[in-house]
Amino acid sequence: MSTTTTDERREAGNGEKFADWADGRLGIYTLAKTNMRKIFPDHWSFMLGEICMYSFIIIILTGVYLTLFFHPSMNEVVYDGSYVPLQGVQMSEAFNSTMHISFDVRGGLLIRQIHHWAALIFLAGMFVHMMRVFFTGAFRKPREVNWLFGFLLFFCGMFTGFTGYSLPDDLLSGTGVRFMEGAILGVPVVGTYLSFFIYGGEFPGGDFVARFYSVHILLLPGIMLGLMITHLILVFYHKHTQFAGPGRTNKNVVGAPLLPVYTAKAGGFFFLVFGVIAIIAAIASINPIWEIGPYRPDQVSTGAQPDWYMGFAEGLIRVMPGWEINLWGHTLVLGVFIPLVIFPLVLFAIAAYPFIEAWITKDTREHHIADRPRNAPVRTGIGVAWVTAYMVMLVGGGNDLWATNFHLSLNAITWFVRIAFFVGPVVAFIITKRICLGLQRRDAEKVLHGRETGIIKRLPHGEFVEVHEPLDAGQLYKLTAHEQTRPAELPAAVDENGVKRKVSAMEKLRVKLHKGYFGEQSQIAKPTAEEFEEITSGHGHH
Amino acid sequence: MKKLSARRRHPLAALVVLLLALAATGGLYAAFAPADKAKADETAQSLAIDEGKKLYSVGCASCHGTGGQGTSDGPSLVGVGSAAVDFQVGTGRMPAQQPGAQVPKKKVIYSQAEIDQLAAYVASLGAGPIKPTEKQYSPEGADIAKGGELFRTNCAQCHNFSGKGGALTHGKYAPSLEGVEPKHIYEAMQTGPQNMPSFPDTTMPQKQKQDIIAYLDAVNSEKTASPGGLSLGGLGPVSEGLFAWIFGLGALIAVAIWIAAHSAKAKKS
Repeated sequence: MSTTTTDERREAGNGEKFADWADGRLGIYTLAKTNMRKIFPDHWSFMLGEICMYSFIIIILTGVYLTLFFHPSMNEVVYDGSYVPLQGVQMSEAFNSTMHISFDVRGGLLIRQIHHWAALIFLAGMFVHMMRVFFTGAFRKPREVNWLFGFLLFFCGMFTGFTGYSLPDDLLSGTGVRFMEGAILGVPVVGTYLSFFIYGGEFPGGDFVARFYSVHILLLPGIMLGLMITHLILVFYHKHTQFAGPGRTNKNVVGAPLLPVYTAKAGGFFFLVFGVIAIIAAIASINPIWEIGPYRPDQVSTGAQPDWYMGFAEGLIRVMPGWEINLWGHTLVLGVFIPLVIFPLVLFAIAAYPFIEAWITKDTREHHIADRPRNAPVRTGIGVAWVTAYMVMLVGGGNDLWATNFHLSLNAITWFVRIAFFVGPVVAFIITKRICLGLQRRDAEKVLHGRETGIIKRLPHGEFVEVHEPLDAGQLYKLTAHEQTRPAELPAAVDENGVKRKVSAMEKLRVKLHKGYFGEQSQIAKPTAEEFEEITSGHGHH
Repeated sequence: MKKLSARRRHPLAALVVLLLALAATGGLYAAFAPADKAKADETAQSLAIDEGKKLYSVGCASCHGTGGQGTSDGPSLVGVGSAAVDFQVGTGRMPAQQPGAQVPKKKVIYSQAEIDQLAAYVASLGAGPIKPTEKQYSPEGADIAKGGELFRTNCAQCHNFSGKGGALTHGKYAPSLEGVEPKHIYEAMQTGPQNMPSFPDTTMPQKQKQDIIAYLDAVNSEKTASPGGLSLGGLGPVSEGLFAWIFGLGALIAVAIWIAAHSAKAKKS
């Protein structure tokens, strides 16, 4: 860049001057040049991640406000605030300050409710976002690591939520903290030590609120913020996936540029998300701790459930039979320990799936076109099976409310959940795969014979036929763009020199699974160009 | 005094003293003993028992036996007291419609006068908890906060934090306490209907029962304010989670679809 100024040049405007100043120090020209025209494809399901990001920002903003008034202390005080039914009751300072926020701080209750509702929506949004990525195969190379970052965000979110709703030290969350102590005590050998370490002695002690507070406002959100920024940088770096369509290939991205269109839309969307959450927080009560009362280890209420994202763990512990083994004066509480092991296993199973699929397919190409779920029936089936197992356990976690609201026996629900946890996913897998194959057949039918118009035509000789309208090229492309993998075969048992080939057991398993994914029973051959040619060149219908 | 003292050895003196002592005891007894029911009252009582017996034979005897001794279909009513009858019949639970895990609350079919007659009859079978007077169950002047603590210690594990009800095993349940009359709450605590344990005055004095009634009146009645907005049934995180998924995320996804539908491309077509 030349530094000499010639007289013909006009004087630079203030904005230009500032931009120049900033560029000299931050190098924003290069940054902006490469990124301002970054393209984002348009589809509603690509905005699910945005819902998560915006609700996370809302949580941080409201959370900062709450920290101004919350006292993370378990010192005993007597309540003398404005809520009459608790006046004179002994409680911890944490509960007292939450009551103060709810009743005596201007806007406190609204901010508390925005914070809590946004947390529930944040987690729900992450769940749905994760499922979108799963079912469209958007986790395939090069995005596996970003899938893991996303999963870690969900996982950390669960525990940020748990430590957060435990802070008011109310009777409901205190029961949850006690539940956690029980789970930790259920760990063989180290359980008691861990419990004493976490609670600073015997439960509940005087420490856990202050400790949870540090974890809730500092440690976990810090990790999550880092993960989220990395997640976004990787989305930028990889570019967003898109669905196949006219002009959309594996090598391009079709959509609106980051500036100005996308930024304007995203900025507007942030305010819409904030607005929707604020409206919900203004009309619906959440975690009314004044009704629940302060925590006391000798009290408990029915209907003691965690927030929804921990409901799955609650279900596992509720439906698990109370087995235990007593040996040499020690007790192994299987009724608690087995759920404690299954809980992370189920979560990590979905996290590990991309790597398992990559191992089976041995596909090392990059994929930037999102799959339509029907075109990957086995993956879609596995995803639905996983969601089924998750949802069955959510039912188990709320078994008492199912019992009272639907006039059922609690024990019958518990048995239903025990059986459905194993049978449900299998049934869901089979049904989902059948539906996917059916949809594939329908696509093939549409490609070859066109769209059913609903118009019935009578031919001169009296026959009635329905008029089919051929699809346009764009739709034809959309329905046939996916590639169909041929099932793998094991190499011949004997090679050309007559030497017996050694095939490892793992490789045999892989080939078997590959056949399961791409064999005849798992995909419907899409129409070939010849078939299409033959049918469309003929006259009339047949 | 001298006269009295001179006759103290009279042969009839002992008799006179005895008579005086008897008169004094009798008088004291008459003064301090529970007031005798007036003659008219007594007849009214026996009339009520007679009427109650008639009602009993029609509405209750098929399950509880002709003399309240109980059958395989219903427990004995000897010693349950008038409070139990007033609760069970006064809330419509009795007469039961059908056997099942638990007899639900339903429309009350007897008038209060008839319920009292039934109660009088059942009470005549054997002594039991007596139907409370208004002074006993009135929450007037009771300690709401103390009631809350008592409720959370003794009741919440089945009836939920604020008495919204909850599930028990095998289809049984603790009903919601919303809109239940103070009298019936008092009687339930006293008699322990169906699956509920009883809290007699020896374990939970009248004052504490009044505190609990006052607490329920404050947190679970028509006049209870919900400062946070819709209470969503007051059932805790399950209903909150459902609401967040359906109305929270649902609305946001609807917004996302709306925005995506307004892209430059969509406008063209």
